[in-house]
Amino acid sequence: MAQATDITKINEQSPYGDLTPGNQIYGGGGAKMFNTGEWRTQTPVIDWDKCTHCLLCTPVCPDSSIPVKDGKREDFDYDHCKGCGICERVCSFGAITMKEGM
Amino acid sequence: MSIRERMSGNEAVAYAIKQINPDVMPAFPITPSTEIPQMVSTFIANGEIDTEFIPVESEHSSMSATMGASAAGARALTATSSCGLAYMWELLYVAASDRLPLVLALVNRALTGPININCDHSDSMGARDAGWIQIYAENNQEAYDNFIQSFRISEHPDVMLPFMACQDGFITSHAVENIELIETDKVKAFVGDYNPENYLLNAEMPMAVGPYATSPFYMETKMNQRLAMKNAKKVILDVAAEFEKISGRKYGFFEEYKLDDAEVAIVIMGSAAGTTKDAIDALRAKGIKAGLLKIRVFRPFPGEEIAEALKNVKAVAILDRAESFSACGGPVGSEVKAAMFDAGVNVKAVNYFYGIGGRDYTVESATSVFEDLMKIADGSMEPENFKYVGLRK
Repeated sequence: MAQATDITKINEQSPYGDLTPGNQIYGGGGAKMFNTGEWRTQTPVIDWDKCTHCLLCTPVCPDSSIPVKDGKREDFDYDHCKGCGICERVCSFGAITMKEGM
Repeated sequence: MSIRERMSGNEAVAYAIKQINPDVMPAFPITPSTEIPQMVSTFIANGEIDTEFIPVESEHSSMSATMGASAAGARALTATSSCGLAYMWELLYVAASDRLPLVLALVNRALTGPININCDHSDSMGARDAGWIQIYAENNQEAYDNFIQSFRISEHPDVMLPFMACQDGFITSHAVENIELIETDKVKAFVGDYNPENYLLNAEMPMAVGPYATSPFYMETKMNQRLAMKNAKKVILDVAAEFEKISGRKYGFFEEYKLDDAEVAIVIMGSAAGTTKDAIDALRAKGIKAGLLKIRVFRPFPGEEIAEALKNVKAVAILDRAESFSACGGPVGSEVKAAMFDAGVNVKAVNYFYGIGGRDYTVESATSVFEDLMKIADGSMEPENFKYVGLRK
């Protein structure tokens, strides 16, 4: 069985011999190392005065970018949020608004 | 003792599948390959093998399911022809770039336009750049033998590429011929169990298959595919050498028939090679030094070896059973000529189209090509690029 792929060693300067066959990546959770939030054209912003920590937003986030700690949501993980706006739609308290840009 | 039988090409491949007993076979019927999944389904229904058969709604799905099964860690295969292969197109490239070992039994048939169900190579030739290994059979025996070797080559750690085992539709797939089968225990021992190092269903080591490759990664990925294809050359020969030990039958990149001292030669692929051999025997009886190079392995393309084998002939005809509409040659013709150019082999060469859409290729057809070649060889005729065999004018 292969070792987990050390994806910190695969980057845009890697020679072809450093890539795995078929670019297969062994070991889970690699996506968190890639800051794909830069694709965003709209950004969700939380109004903490309105947020009731009902946690409706967390499970609908396709990129797991709404972390929860001790039963309360924390601020967005902007390194991975793509700005899809689903959290804004699902929020019953108007606590999330989408602003233009990053 | 090997088993003497009589079988059609489709039966021979289905029998090989039965002997190998692979894990998963998704398939969708299409003439002339339909019998292969049909016969395998019968083996499963009779309890002779425990392959998981997945009836799917299309070839796009059969290839997708075969790839999914392979990624999951199963030994997987499918079968198709013509438009069925065309409908797999998108996935063919993905199977190769994801480096998924799997086998496709292809029964060559003309691609529609105009609609036609007969043999030619336009389906697999169109897929020649997809990154698959392609091996062609002359007859039922070779269809069987190639299939038994297929998984060993495809699954080899230095290769890990999908494998297209090609035979000519109807001519080979439906004609019943004598065949020598290998005992099942020997086949099983030869093919071996499939225990991939990494696979999706391995809970110990999660795995991502087919990640997005941006431009900084795409070219390097293609280079690695190319290296795997290059590695396949050695593996194909190694597996053939091992196969010879259990079968007594010898295979290489191509077969040379009376080519050693030949002055005129035909390069051809598939069932028409047998017809060409008959023509050669008749010409040799008249003292004409005719020979044949029958390409077995088209991908990886054994260009250097072909050029070396042809370097002493005076004129060569490369026969294509598929158009490529470059308006200056067919796929086999272009590659053989390019290989000769690279090797500095300056032999007069003509590219012919033959047998397209199932047009008969007879001993007379082959003889007429040799007659042209003899005129080209003695300088009384200029090589014309390209010509048709049997075109009505």
